[in-house]
Amino acid sequence: MDWVPLIITGIKVFFFTFVVILPLIAYSTYAERRVCAIMQDRVGPNRVGIPLTLLGFKKDLSFFGLLQPLADGLKGLFKQDLTPGHVRKSFYWMAPALTAIPAFITVCVIPFGSNVNLFGHDVKLVIADIGAGPLFVFAIASLSVYGITLAGWSSNSKYPFFGGVRSCAQMISYEISLGLSIIPVLMVFGKLNLTDIVTHQSEKGWLLLPLWNEHGSIFSGDYWAHCGPQWLLLLPLGISFIVFTTSIFAETNRMPFDLPECETELVGGYHTEYSSMKFALFFMGEYAAMIVGSAVIVTIFFGGWSLGFGLDSALLQTGEGAWKWFAGFIHLGVFLAKTIGFIIFFIWVRWTVPRLRYDQLMKLGWVVFFELALFNIFIAALIIAAPHIGPLLTLFVGVPILLALAAIMYFITKSVESKHKVNIT
Amino acid sequence: MAVIKLKRPKLSWYEHLYLPAIIKGLLITFKHAVISVFGKATGSKELASSGLGVTMQYPEQKWDEHLPEYYRGIPALVTDEQGRERCVSCQLCEFICPPKAITIAPGELKSDDEWAKVEKAPKAFDIDMIRCIYCGMCEEVCPEQAIFLRQDYAMTGTTRAEMVNDKDRLYQLGGVREGLINKWNEVK
Repeated sequence: MDWVPLIITGIKVFFFTFVVILPLIAYSTYAERRVCAIMQDRVGPNRVGIPLTLLGFKKDLSFFGLLQPLADGLKGLFKQDLTPGHVRKSFYWMAPALTAIPAFITVCVIPFGSNVNLFGHDVKLVIADIGAGPLFVFAIASLSVYGITLAGWSSNSKYPFFGGVRSCAQMISYEISLGLSIIPVLMVFGKLNLTDIVTHQSEKGWLLLPLWNEHGSIFSGDYWAHCGPQWLLLLPLGISFIVFTTSIFAETNRMPFDLPECETELVGGYHTEYSSMKFALFFMGEYAAMIVGSAVIVTIFFGGWSLGFGLDSALLQTGEGAWKWFAGFIHLGVFLAKTIGFIIFFIWVRWTVPRLRYDQLMKLGWVVFFELALFNIFIAALIIAAPHIGPLLTLFVGVPILLALAAIMYFITKSVESKHKVNIT
Repeated sequence: MAVIKLKRPKLSWYEHLYLPAIIKGLLITFKHAVISVFGKATGSKELASSGLGVTMQYPEQKWDEHLPEYYRGIPALVTDEQGRERCVSCQLCEFICPPKAITIAPGELKSDDEWAKVEKAPKAFDIDMIRCIYCGMCEEVCPEQAIFLRQDYAMTGTTRAEMVNDKDRLYQLGGVREGLINKWNEVK
């Protein structure tokens, strides 16, 4: 049996979870607090550092409070782990793990970089290079709903139960638009392997920024040569980006959609009865889901690890098209930079957009995003099919069908809305 | 009561999209972030901020010179210009103190004291600063104007006993206060 690939996989698992993702989780909690503080004209945690004064030195080293996550983690570990007497013990203990684990598992399909050549082995910077990348992410990430629902139910207390039920309904509703919104993207790429998708984007331009191709398109050159404005494709892709990003917000229970946890209505939410490290595990799961979510968005829409602007082939490739030995490290850095940028965007949105009411949330999920994502597939299909079926068929058959579809969907949503109008007099 | 019916404003298609409003909001928070990082947040000058947001960072910076005259800090006893204790141990402050922080053991002046036949003075006067709520009722009720709330606010101790101010400490904090006591002031 050949042990080398197994060992390499083990090293990759260790590196990506414990060296990349876990510190990223810790520091995204710190970033959350600092960014929200400066947006609200405050300072935020800036004190925790090395207490040199305890050892007889004159000044403490505070490092802008960069050791705060470490202190928080230690606090979580050393606090009393209280299990209330009225809970369902087995599920109560299982729930925090069930929220955290799926988020960590989804890390395995994310391509962190291109290949690294170490000691004669060409190592791909992705743990599991499987052919169903985004589908795997959706399938596993949606398992975390069990953790939250079980936490709410097993706490045997009404407020956590409300939180669990809310979260369950919310995650299920947004999963639909999450899955549907990505279909136009998959139609464009024609494949599901995330590594292939990123490689494609590094050659042909990022999905939302296809600037450095001969025709400004992610399709090969002669495809659009006789068709004209290939920028049209940005319309469905832009819509799917917006729907996908918003659904990721809802899936990770982040701010505009953080109904499952709420101090004013539900004391705390699904984790009201939890304490110490179990409570911290819920938050680790939430932040891990946020990091994986932004990594998926970056991978699919913003070229993943690719440097972009044609720099990949110019700087990092040898003449024959193979990557130089250090290319993987630069790509890893680029990918992390993009992901961190998106995490900061998540935080930025959290402290900007006020949360939705629960009926608004459901309406947005089922009435707006579901229809929009569905309709978006047809737009993308028509635009992609246009060069094949010719302009005549496109304009006089395709476009009217699209408009009719739009009208039908509009009237369906309108009728749904009017039925539920409450007459308050 | 009159019932006023309000109508929800009709949104235009542009407002129905929500995205422009969200982008506007994002720009507002971004502007706030940039301004507060450069120490130019609204009100940072008046609030003497540390240069990040409007926050003053406490142990390094203090608000002392901005404290208003009526600030209620640690209560303390005062002596008058002849070095006599103003307190005559009438115990009014002890009775009015809402959290019962003050304990007074009334007593007399020593017989050889010049004022022995005129006034009394407390034997012991303890204020438990763990209980004190800085309400200022002792100062308000005192007929001799012997107890005042000072501008100090930072009183710390590592034990409960350390947080009790005894008579010596109270006089040391209060010092000498000159001027006529209101009850002898005929104008008032």
